[in-house]
Amino acid sequence: MPDGALPVLDVRDLKTVFKTRGGEVHAVNDVSFDLRPGELLGVVGESGSGKSVTMMSLLGLLPSPPADVRGGTVTFGGKDLLQLDPEGLRAVRGGKIGFVFQDPMTSLNPVFTVGMQIAEPLRKHMGMNKKQAAARAKELLELVGIPDADQRLKDYPHQFSGGMRQRVMIAIALACDPQVLIADEPTTALDVTIQAQILELMKDLRDKLGMAVIWITHDLGVIAGIADRVMVMYGGQVVEHAPVKDLFQNPGHPYTKALLTTIPKISGTREKRLTIIEGQPPILAGAPKACPFRDRCNVAMDRCAVENPQRYDVGAGHDVACFHAEGV
Amino acid sequence: MLTYTIRRLLLSIPTLLFIAFVIFMLLELAPGDPMAQMPLTIPPEVKEKMRLALGLGEPWWVRFPLWLKQFFIVEPQYWIDNTFGTNFANDAQRIISFQSRSPVFDTIAERMPQTLWVVGMSYVVGVLIALPIGIISAYRQYSVFDNVGTFVSMIGFSVPPFFSGVVLIVIFSVSLGWLPSIYDTTHQVMDWDSFVFQLRQMVMPVMVLALQTTAQVSRYMRASMLDNLGQDYVRTARAKGMTESVVVMKHVLRNSMIPVVTVIALGIPSIFGGAIITEQIFKVNGLGQLLIIALQGSDIPMVMTITFLLAVLIVMMNLIADILYGILDPRIRYD
Repeated sequence: MPDGALPVLDVRDLKTVFKTRGGEVHAVNDVSFDLRPGELLGVVGESGSGKSVTMMSLLGLLPSPPADVRGGTVTFGGKDLLQLDPEGLRAVRGGKIGFVFQDPMTSLNPVFTVGMQIAEPLRKHMGMNKKQAAARAKELLELVGIPDADQRLKDYPHQFSGGMRQRVMIAIALACDPQVLIADEPTTALDVTIQAQILELMKDLRDKLGMAVIWITHDLGVIAGIADRVMVMYGGQVVEHAPVKDLFQNPGHPYTKALLTTIPKISGTREKRLTIIEGQPPILAGAPKACPFRDRCNVAMDRCAVENPQRYDVGAGHDVACFHAEGV
Repeated sequence: MLTYTIRRLLLSIPTLLFIAFVIFMLLELAPGDPMAQMPLTIPPEVKEKMRLALGLGEPWWVRFPLWLKQFFIVEPQYWIDNTFGTNFANDAQRIISFQSRSPVFDTIAERMPQTLWVVGMSYVVGVLIALPIGIISAYRQYSVFDNVGTFVSMIGFSVPPFFSGVVLIVIFSVSLGWLPSIYDTTHQVMDWDSFVFQLRQMVMPVMVLALQTTAQVSRYMRASMLDNLGQDYVRTARAKGMTESVVVMKHVLRNSMIPVVTVIALGIPSIFGGAIITEQIFKVNGLGQLLIIALQGSDIPMVMTITFLLAVLIVMMNLIADILYGILDPRIRYD
C-alpha cells in the first residue's frame, strides 16, 4: 500500500437520514474515511450498521425520498460527488466507480442477455460501438473466469449459477476500468466454496488492474484475508479504523473486541466455540448524542450516555471512537 | 415454441367442440319459440309446417352435427368459392338465420366493420392512453398525477358503460349539441368533411369503451411497474450510470410489460362483450346489436354462430397471450 499517496476517494462527515412515518432515522452519522489508490479497504459491521447505506450515499444510489444525504463532502477526482448534477454523477457511476451488489440472483435484469448488460456501460461511458463493446464484453468474461465467453454472452442471467452471475456482476463493474470498485457483501449470498473462488478472483483482479476496492462484509475472516485497512462501523458511525494487522492484534474499541470473540473457534468447550454479543443494535432515531454501543458495552461509563465519543488517534493510522482510548 | 404452438392449437379443437356443444344445448334448453313473432293470423298447422321447414322437428343429435358440418365445412367452402371463384360448396345448405332467412355469415360480415371500427379503435385508444398513465403513476407514486389517475381508474372500473354512455349523450348531444347521439352506419368517408363526421360520431362510443380499458390496463401497468421499480436490477442499472429514461423505459418497462401484454390480449374478447351494451346505447349497427336482436327473436343459428365465434376468439387470445409470454420472458421455455 503506497503510504502518503493522495487518496482517490475522500469522504468527510457524511450524513444520511431516512425520513419515515415514525420520524427520522439517522443511518449514517458523520462518517469520514479515505481510500488510497490500489488499496483494499474493508468495511465491517453487523446488519443495519450503515455500511451499505454509506457507500450508496456516495453515488446517490439511495431512493430519495425516503433517503436524504444531508451533509458532508465526497471528494473524487477533484470534485465533490454530492454537489454534482445528475448527468455528472452518472458519468462517475459505472464509469469511474464500479459497484458489485450482494445478491447476484436478483441484481441482473432477467430479460436481457448478459452480453447486452455488460455492453451497456461500455457504450455509454467509453463511446464504443456494438462490435467493440461485444469484443470488450468477451474479454471481461474471460477476465472474470467464465469459460466459453463467446457463447455465454448470448445467454440470459437465469442460465448462470449464482457464482457465475456474481462474476458477471464483477465484469460489469470492471467494464470501464474504474478507479474504485465498491463491493457490497459480494460473497454473502454465495455458498462457501464459491465465496473462496470470488475472493481469489477479486484479489487477482486488484493486483492485475490496480484499482482501489471498498469491500463491505460482516465476515471478519474475509477481511483478514484480503484487506489492507479496516473500518468497523456500528450504529451508523465509524467506531474503529486501523490497518488490518493492527486491528486483529490490537483492537481498541469494545465492539471490535467483542466482534473478534464471535469468530467461531474449532477448539475449546462447546459453549466457548460460539460466542455472541448480548443485546440488539440501536434504533437510530434522532441524531446521536451518546455512544451507540453503550447498552451492549461491558466497559461503559456514565459519560458514554451523555456524550458521543470522537475518533481518537491511538497509533499509526489507527483510531478508535471510545472514551477509553482518549489520550492513550 | 413452434411445437408448443401446434400442440396448443390441436388441443383447442376438443375445447372448442365442447364449448360449441354447451352453447347448443343451452340454447336448446332455453325457452322461446322462433315462431312467436309471427302474426297470430297464421293458422297453427301452417306454423307447425314452418317450424318443420326450419329443421326444428329434428332432435338435437341431428341438428348439432349438422350445424358443426355447416360451420366447419360448408361455410369455409363458400368462403373459398367466393375468394377464388371455385365451386367446392356445390350449393350445400349454409347456416341460415331464422329471422332474415339469409346466410348468417353474410349478415355477420356486414356488421363486423362497424364493430371493429368502434371496438377495435376504442381498445387501441384505451391501451395507448393506459400505458403512459400506468408508467408515470408508478414512477411518481403518490404524486398528484398518480392520485388523479387512481381516481379516474376507479370511475372507469365502477361506472358501467350503459351509465357513462347516457351521461355523455346528455352532455355532448343534448345539452351542448356537439356530437351526434346516433351512429350512422351508412355513412361513407369520401372527403375531409365526411371524415370529420365519422370521427365525431365515433368519439363517444370509443371514449365510453376506452374508459373501461384505460382503467383496467393502467392499473395493471402501474402495479407491474411498481413491482419492478423496487428490484435489485434497477439499482444495478443506475449504478452502471444509465440515464433514468433508459432505466425506466428499457430495463423496468421490458419486465413490466410481460404480465400486462397478457392482460391486454385476454381483454380483447371481453371488450366485444362490453360492446354489446355500448352498441345498443349509441345505436351502432354492429355485431353486439345483431346478437341482441337475434336473442330476442330466438334466432338460434345466429346466436349460436356469434357466440361460438366469440368463444373461438377467447381461446385464440389465450393461446396468443401464452405465446407472447414465452417470447417476452426468456425464463419461460415451453419446449
